[in-house]
Amino acid sequence: MSNQYLNMDLLRFTTAGSVDDGKSTLIGRLLYDSKSIFEDQMEAIEIASSNKGEEKVNLALLTDGLRAEREQGITIDVAYRYFATPKRKFIIADTPGHVQYTRNMVTGASTANLAIILVDARKGIVEQTKRHSFIASLLGIPHIIYCINKMDLVNYEEEVFEKTKKELVGFSSKLTTKDIRFLPISALNGDNVVNRSKDMDWYEGSTLLHTLENIHIASDHNLIDCRFPVQHVIRPQKDEFHDFRGYSGRIAGGVFKKNDEVVLLPSGFQSKIKSILNFENEIEEAYAPMSVTMTLEDDLDVSRGDMIVRVKNQPEILQDIEMMVCWMGKNPLSDKGKYTIKHTTKNVRCIVKEILYKVDINTLHRDTKDKIVNCNDIARIAIRVTKPLFVDKYNDNRTTGSLIIIDESTNNTVGAGMII
Amino acid sequence: MNKYHLTHLKELEAESIFIIREVVAQFENPVLLFSGGKDSIVCHHLARKAFYPANVPFPLMHVDTGHNFDELYKFRDQLVKETNAKLIIASVQKSIDEGKVKEEKGINSSRNKLQTTTLLDAIENHQFDCAMGGARRDEEKARAKERFFSHRDDFGQWDPKNQRPELWNLFNGKKNFGEHFRAFPISNWTEMDIWQYILQEKIKIPSLYFSHKRDCFTRNGVVMAKTSFTETKPEEEITNMQVRFRTIGDATCTGATISNADSLEKIIDEVTSSRITERGGRADDKRSEAAMEDRKKEGYF
Repeated sequence: MSNQYLNMDLLRFTTAGSVDDGKSTLIGRLLYDSKSIFEDQMEAIEIASSNKGEEKVNLALLTDGLRAEREQGITIDVAYRYFATPKRKFIIADTPGHVQYTRNMVTGASTANLAIILVDARKGIVEQTKRHSFIASLLGIPHIIYCINKMDLVNYEEEVFEKTKKELVGFSSKLTTKDIRFLPISALNGDNVVNRSKDMDWYEGSTLLHTLENIHIASDHNLIDCRFPVQHVIRPQKDEFHDFRGYSGRIAGGVFKKNDEVVLLPSGFQSKIKSILNFENEIEEAYAPMSVTMTLEDDLDVSRGDMIVRVKNQPEILQDIEMMVCWMGKNPLSDKGKYTIKHTTKNVRCIVKEILYKVDINTLHRDTKDKIVNCNDIARIAIRVTKPLFVDKYNDNRTTGSLIIIDESTNNTVGAGMII
Repeated sequence: MNKYHLTHLKELEAESIFIIREVVAQFENPVLLFSGGKDSIVCHHLARKAFYPANVPFPLMHVDTGHNFDELYKFRDQLVKETNAKLIIASVQKSIDEGKVKEEKGINSSRNKLQTTTLLDAIENHQFDCAMGGARRDEEKARAKERFFSHRDDFGQWDPKNQRPELWNLFNGKKNFGEHFRAFPISNWTEMDIWQYILQEKIKIPSLYFSHKRDCFTRNGVVMAKTSFTETKPEEEITNMQVRFRTIGDATCTGATISNADSLEKIIDEVTSSRITERGGRADDKRSEAAMEDRKKEGYF
């Protein structure tokens, strides 16, 4: 066991579903069947459930950690849950179904490799299904699994599954997500969640857990376009490292190798990578999403917010930026308003130049008339920033293509931007 | 595994190092809260990695209840010496002596809750603008909702219903004068990840984590160590037991586990098969269903 664990990788996924679609039950099932719920946790929620007069153990109480959530029986905020199998460690971003829905799902989806979207087999596609799918696709989640749930309530009939699947295939062809899968399950009874269903022998695909364990995620990071946003400059004031000048940061894309010809942005100076350090060890190459320290052959002026890239593959250097924004502020987005932008390791100020349109996330229609962007709205906007940013399209790189908008009067994060 | 694909421990490490560097970049005067427990030891190890070959650019602060095990003090001082760290001790005893807090009375008394006042005073006195700590989201349900960068108002309080959204790896540390932040670089690690990482990186930890013989007694089903500052009831019998600690906190509220695990490999096997969470032995969490949330809102770690 001890050694096997050292070869596991990490899958982050988000779960989406509307009220009463069995999302908590599904998470509870995954945690319970993979033995990730402990006796004292189980005991605590058994007592809590019975104190509330509930007949069954309410697995939602596992994720509803705050007092207000338990009192009101709702989930307020994204909750993170963890479980592991011998193959993978999983991080679940469990997002609530009703309050502040878009804001929370966008938050959970921003770091996810995969989204599980639950669909009630009796109802098929509903508005929420479309909304969840759109957000997952907008946030560039590489894999979507539609779980057609509550198959037990439709007698495990293949026709119901095939009909829903056909509807979903038709709808999801509008999305940019490439890897989309469909699974018939019953979260309540555990059919095709961890164990294969005895009542659906017509289904030949794998179970949900097997899919989660084996889905190919090694290509989810961009390993082609080399991007290294400098986070911090290391100058040890020590005799043995007298002339050491290291640039530390987390690789946002590509594979950097020792002796690579690189260019520094914004200065445009060229140099060569002298060494790549990972603590005391010098390594030959480093790739996304590693945190490393680089040294260069030449002594150049580099500071936080600069970016090291390859000579022949550079990001766009822009001051006028168009993006899709998910608004999270209490006050509406202010047209011609000024905000602070955080992009990679750089902070700049911006002015909102134009609100182009709002997206109705239920129908995907563009609304060019109503341009009031309120909390939980998604819109396409154009901004101008005070200093150039080194950007890629969000669809090409989720790190160099994303930014957050900060309200200067409250310091709150009020928007999430995806560069087009 | 694909050549350009990280193991989960490497990916967690990369994420945590990024966060620690982000704290140093965004704040003027950060500090790492250091209890001498495994989580804070791992944080310190990650900080050393993040800034190598430079020294860690912030001090460690131990909020010391004065009721810790001797082994812990020895370990702490040794680590400070070996890694050239700067250590600040914030003493709960001093807060008691100065009359800022009142010691709990009775058999279950603990100085655990008193730490909050000492911690907030120390943050104010040293003008720290960000206190990093080794809390993990898998530990406790209130912590599952915690952000990496967690904003505190000028009373040091946490408002869980009104947290800033945290997207991608873009952390917003903007604040007004007088406010501070808490940052949790190992939020996404589980107990198992910590143990595996300690094994992988050969990190030194206090001997308390390994099986040893110790005088103990049992209270409410939890095995407690007998120390000079724990009161026992007459019916609580002191016996010499083979135990180890899964978490190390104040000796008055940290339960021991009966165990023969005397190596990291054996500890990992024990954690794998355990059906009780590590905080299951923490008397401080058992006080009520929302004990942790209430303490956190007031500014507890």
